[in-house]
Amino acid sequence: MIDVEEALARVIDGARAFGERKPLLIGIHTGGVWVAERVHEGLGLDEPLGTLDISFYRDDFSRVGIHPQVKTSHLPVPLDGRHIILVDDVLHTGRTIRAAMNEIFDFARPASIALAVLIVRDGRELPVQPDIAGATISLKPWQHVKLTGPDPLGIRITEKGE
Amino acid sequence: MMAAQSGSAHRLRHFLTTEDLSGGAIGEILDTAESFISVGEREIKKVPLLRGKTIVNLFFESSTRTRTTFEIAGKRLSADIININTSVSATQKGESLLDTVRNLEAMHTDLFVIRHPLSGAADLVARSVPPHVHVVNAGDGRHAHPTQGLLDMFTIRRYKGDFRQLTVAIVGDVLHSRVARSQIHALTALGTKEVRVVGPRSLLPAAVETLGVRAHTDMATGLSGADVIIMLRLQFERMSGALIPSAHEYFDLYGLTRERLALADKDAIVMHPGPMNRGLEIASDVADGPQSVILPQVTNGIAVRMAILARLAGASAGEGRAS
Repeated sequence: MIDVEEALARVIDGARAFGERKPLLIGIHTGGVWVAERVHEGLGLDEPLGTLDISFYRDDFSRVGIHPQVKTSHLPVPLDGRHIILVDDVLHTGRTIRAAMNEIFDFARPASIALAVLIVRDGRELPVQPDIAGATISLKPWQHVKLTGPDPLGIRITEKGE
Repeated sequence: MMAAQSGSAHRLRHFLTTEDLSGGAIGEILDTAESFISVGEREIKKVPLLRGKTIVNLFFESSTRTRTTFEIAGKRLSADIININTSVSATQKGESLLDTVRNLEAMHTDLFVIRHPLSGAADLVARSVPPHVHVVNAGDGRHAHPTQGLLDMFTIRRYKGDFRQLTVAIVGDVLHSRVARSQIHALTALGTKEVRVVGPRSLLPAAVETLGVRAHTDMATGLSGADVIIMLRLQFERMSGALIPSAHEYFDLYGLTRERLALADKDAIVMHPGPMNRGLEIASDVADGPQSVILPQVTNGIAVRMAILARLAGASAGEGRAS
């Protein structure tokens, strides 16, 4: 089983290595924002955190429709020319990250984007790999891993249909 | 009877009226609209949700605000928009409404936004289109103008919050107003404390009280303590007889002046769906005054129409949500 605090510490360490680039943290709603808040706190960054809700950029919109409670994307500082660390809770298919990058480019043209995730699992459908990872887990296709939170953060593995 | 708006449970297929919408369903649309507000404040005011979809604005009546805000809403969702106005269309050559729609359908249109002088026109089209095509009513005769109704609810919610605490006065030509009908159904569904209609008897529908509103023919009692005042336009084009004595006399009795506005709650907001007749139903200093939210209504119209277009177009198929 994954220890959340250990995984978080690993993500914070990994993000610290990007320190001299003055990275800007952007969390993906909802779990990614929780992780990003902890990393932000851990690194003691002055600049506020950005948040993204990728609902308007999902590639399955025509199949599943729009979620009634979309959160607002909030990018408090200009992204142009900045080094961004994009933070999410779980990296699975890679589709969320694809959508998040599309959204970021609708705001500005950053200098670079690195990907930090708390948990990496198998099942990639796109060529997306993390630059910083807290923990890696191997699951059956019908299993789901979910971050619960925000306080305390926890990890729950469920079977499909559960 | 209206065609069912919903395909399966909780999924709107068409948007034709506010009549059978629950408070919860309206609340969800308003929440979605809230999240679209931020898109209009971005550098690039566009999200890719409806990329590749074609929307036809089919207007058989003149409109500036509604048509333009539907067009902007569709464009901000990345859809392709075609505007068709009756003055240039084949209906002038005798083509029927359904034939026009069938021809446009043959061009692979995904969504129709329809305004028509006859009540039930959008409903008629909704019954005839194939399952993957959606219809939005942008005003049909005296019947309904549901997107205006919802953008007004959105505006009220943003300024005044909880409907259960609010007294709302709808003032003027209620008889000819499809906007008023859509507002009344929505306000009732949202549990508004008190809904009043105010105007001369000749401009209030018979038995209007059966809609769950209180009728007032006197402005002083009608506006007393109101939190929201919605002024309606006098619709001379729909009046077949002399329903009001004269414009001057109407303003004297029912025009919203600063003095009359003072009878309402001191924080009351003033709304008008437009276009306004200044000096007829509303005084210019009220229309442009600090309590007026008439222009924010227009801005809010974009987000609300984006929400409705997105909810319809996203409801084409599929079950449940994948994570």
